[in-house]
Amino acid sequence: MSEATPARLADRQHPLIALVNARLREFIREPAAIFWVYGFPLLMMVALGVAFRDRPVDQFTVVVQKGAGVEKLVDALQPDERFRVELYDQAESRRRLRTGKTDLVIVAQDGGSGGYDFYFDPTRPGSSLARSMANDVLQRAAGRDDVVASRIHETSEPGGRYIDFLVPGLLGMGLMGGGLWGLGFAIVDMRLRKLLKRYVATPMKRSHFLAALGISRLVFTIPEILVLLAFAHFFFGVVNHGSYLALGVLVVLGAFCFTGIGLLVGSRAETLETASGLMNLVMLPMWILSGIFFSVDRFPEAIQPIIMALPLTPVIDSMRQVMLEGVSLSALGMEIAIVAAWGAITFVLALRWFRWT
Amino acid sequence: MTLAIRSSNLVKTYRAKPPVEAVRGIDLEVEEGECFGVLGPNGAGKTTTIEILEGLLPATSGDVEILGLRWNRDAMAIREQIGISLQETRLADKVSVLETLTLFRSFYRDGIDPEAVMRSVSLEEKSRAWVKKLSGGQKQRLAVATALVGDPKLLFLDEPTTGLDPSSRRQLWDIIAGFREQGRTVLLTTHYMEEAERLCDRVAILDGGKVIALGTPPQLIAGLGAEHIVEFAIDSGVSDPPLAEHWNDLPAVTGSTYEDGSYRLSVSHPHLVIPALIDRLEGSGLRMASLTTRHASLDDVFVSLTGRQLEEPEGDHE
Repeated sequence: MSEATPARLADRQHPLIALVNARLREFIREPAAIFWVYGFPLLMMVALGVAFRDRPVDQFTVVVQKGAGVEKLVDALQPDERFRVELYDQAESRRRLRTGKTDLVIVAQDGGSGGYDFYFDPTRPGSSLARSMANDVLQRAAGRDDVVASRIHETSEPGGRYIDFLVPGLLGMGLMGGGLWGLGFAIVDMRLRKLLKRYVATPMKRSHFLAALGISRLVFTIPEILVLLAFAHFFFGVVNHGSYLALGVLVVLGAFCFTGIGLLVGSRAETLETASGLMNLVMLPMWILSGIFFSVDRFPEAIQPIIMALPLTPVIDSMRQVMLEGVSLSALGMEIAIVAAWGAITFVLALRWFRWT
Repeated sequence: MTLAIRSSNLVKTYRAKPPVEAVRGIDLEVEEGECFGVLGPNGAGKTTTIEILEGLLPATSGDVEILGLRWNRDAMAIREQIGISLQETRLADKVSVLETLTLFRSFYRDGIDPEAVMRSVSLEEKSRAWVKKLSGGQKQRLAVATALVGDPKLLFLDEPTTGLDPSSRRQLWDIIAGFREQGRTVLLTTHYMEEAERLCDRVAILDGGKVIALGTPPQLIAGLGAEHIVEFAIDSGVSDPPLAEHWNDLPAVTGSTYEDGSYRLSVSHPHLVIPALIDRLEGSGLRMASLTTRHASLDDVFVSLTGRQLEEPEGDHE
């Protein structure tokens, strides 16, 4: 602007644009916020992607209980690379099974002529598998012939791996965290600074202010989601089997939903401690129940309706269906309705209850 | 005469046990073009009163008119025409001076170019500096600038200079005086009597939620019946100093107080009092440790009305 600008009638930005600009500036000038929004889900993806990378189960630990005639047993198992064979007395072998140091204990009866007793824990997948594999090997060594020929074909296609399951979960988690931390804290901070009061002392429209918060949230969300998807693609080969438009719609809808919840959480709180407590109260159940890290099917049937009613569950579930199975939006009506209802209801309540001064 | 602010029988009671009567029936009439000061100690009800007038706090009862408009009907029209600086606002830290003013400018239909406002409060060199890098005085000037950027007819300033150093305070006084010289109205609260005397055409002194005195600063001082103050102390080591009333029969003395080892006499003619005072001290065998004479101030008015000091020791407010 030049010195010649008339004092009155100076160019005026639209207040909505000015408010969005101010929020965006504040955000990009806050390195810690950028880390939490962008860096944290990435770190999570790397850590979990590496820890749970799908690999063949390499070896089972099998304890053979010391006794007469066990040499034949050991000789049969030892050459097979899938077993690590150890010898212990009775007490020690049971202790090892109980503490999970071994997958299987084998006891040879009468030097092997009386057959074998298997001790294992059926609730541990490795334990059951070890039993059936060891049994197989021992039976063949004793001269059993397979009656039907079988051939094996190994496969590890992208789409069915843990990381493929995880990425939509992390997208949902990012949307939730962004909406709650990003908005809830910002609002309470402005309330504490009496900045909200200062704003309503001007002719600013309150709806502009709240809309600006929502819009700026959405603007932060887009790069956040893109960074996550690009990272997942280049480092883990995660691909979207559905349409990007459908995924985009779900992301925007999810962001809107958590904007409403974030506004509601921040609508009355007058200290950061209250806000932080409320946010944890809202987020913790969804962190655990909504299927970020593992399938919600693992929870009992009785609480499934509650889980499905939480906003994060349909957000993640619908994105997962699009990304993993290529499901189209038209088949996701129920999920979309639940998410939209959460967003709309919380937004309206937040507007009503909002404490400005 | 047009009134910029009119309030009658303003009452604000905060719900609590027992209820807190912050404002107990305040009538104010502020004329257009006037700088009006609301003076009083902390807790007198200054901020509650100004926030009711600003439409930020509902009154329990009473009537308010701002520029001939009412908050319940014309809130937006009033907001467009007034500028407000709250007692304590911390503007967004990581937004620059010019960006802050541009944002506030966007809220008003008509207003002043943000750069022009920035120059008027001498912050042009800090144009691109973030708010958190500004000094206390600069922050306060920016706060006043956010009130000016809407080109208001009426400016509300709640303790605009509290906690500032003397030179920052003087800079703000110049800004406020400049605004007032354009024929616009200012209502400010303060607990600095010097500020009120310098800036304000008229002053209302508040105590306990009521107006206890109203008038121009010279009128209020004249109300003391004596325009001069003689303060003196006697040598410490006197175990039993005389009561304040001991000096009341000296010529030209209209009142006296004793505090912290020093006497304060309200005096109409200092040249009559001082020789008599010295004679009296010598006659009683007392030695004078210090003696000052000065013009009476609003602080003295407050002391004579309430028996208490108006200004609290530095660093001890709120």
